[in-house]
Amino acid sequence: MKNHKHFLLLLLFCLLPVLAIAGPKGAPKPPIVFDDPQVEQDYQELAEELRCLVCQNQNLIDSNADLADDLRREVAKMLKQGKNKEQVTEFMVNRYGDFVLYNPPVKSTTWLLWGGPFVLMFVGVFVLLKKIRANKRESQTDSADLSDKEKQKLQDILKNQ
Amino acid sequence: MKKQFMTPLIVFGLLVVLLVVGLIKAKYVRDVPSPLIGKPTPVFNLPIVEDLQKNFNSEELKGQVSLVNIWASWCVSCRAEHQVLNYAAQKKGLKIYGINYKDDLVDARQWLASRGNPYVKSAFDKEGLLGIDWGVYGVPETFIIDQQGHIRYKHTGPVSAGDLENIIIPCVESLKSGKEVHCEKP
Repeated sequence: MKNHKHFLLLLLFCLLPVLAIAGPKGAPKPPIVFDDPQVEQDYQELAEELRCLVCQNQNLIDSNADLADDLRREVAKMLKQGKNKEQVTEFMVNRYGDFVLYNPPVKSTTWLLWGGPFVLMFVGVFVLLKKIRANKRESQTDSADLSDKEKQKLQDILKNQ
Repeated sequence: MKKQFMTPLIVFGLLVVLLVVGLIKAKYVRDVPSPLIGKPTPVFNLPIVEDLQKNFNSEELKGQVSLVNIWASWCVSCRAEHQVLNYAAQKKGLKIYGINYKDDLVDARQWLASRGNPYVKSAFDKEGLLGIDWGVYGVPETFIIDQQGHIRYKHTGPVSAGDLENIIIPCVESLKSGKEVHCEKP
């Protein structure tokens, strides 16, 4: 009997980490609906461009995080109030920074992000061209210039055969 | 060693260094720099957890150096942080204001009753809309507010005893003294 109790206790202990995964309580909220198809399209486009801050590799559409849901609702609310996409984007950037955008603006803090790939590409092309040129020069000069000593050696080998 | 092998080797070595640095710094990646630093706090006026008849108005943050801590009873890492906040309020004399984020009122009151209340008052942000204004993305978060009501520092995640001694208190003291401000990220 006592063993049994211990076992149950142990089982409960193992469950603790599962129980500890917590989030805000509350009833599920109603889905977001739109009357105007244009507003709905704006909403879709925005929610795909905005990053979920909690699970940073997902956008607002993909994410199941509680915050993402709140932000989706906020975006929908603002669009329904007649705000345009730029105003909604500005609202988000003012609170969460450029990080919230999957399509960040070009400015001094993001030039490496935008320019980096091109710089790498140019370096790659430059190295490739240099390599090709070097190979060409090598192939043009290969068998032609043997030294006298080498010519002698070659003759010897051919004779011995 | 032949020269032709040196270049790829050096490039590879640099790449390894880059990746190792990235790995070591990876734990800070989640720390999104807040655009609110240097700006006035969001304007709000919400009922407080302790008594819904009373309000917490953002105007109250002006004229003093204070902390604003976003917390919730469902937030696991807030538990670890709570005793640090208690210590900061009771022993270090810091003024801490709370924003109770997306919580249940009964749970929130229970939390304060059982764990101690380090807050001057806590705004009851049931829907989390005030949280969005503060750019909250991971509870707990802690902000340092200067006398003008401007946000000077943001700490994401639980404040440890070390964070309190090494970052929070020096920043608060420097803001109070009005001399050189020390509120940089470590």
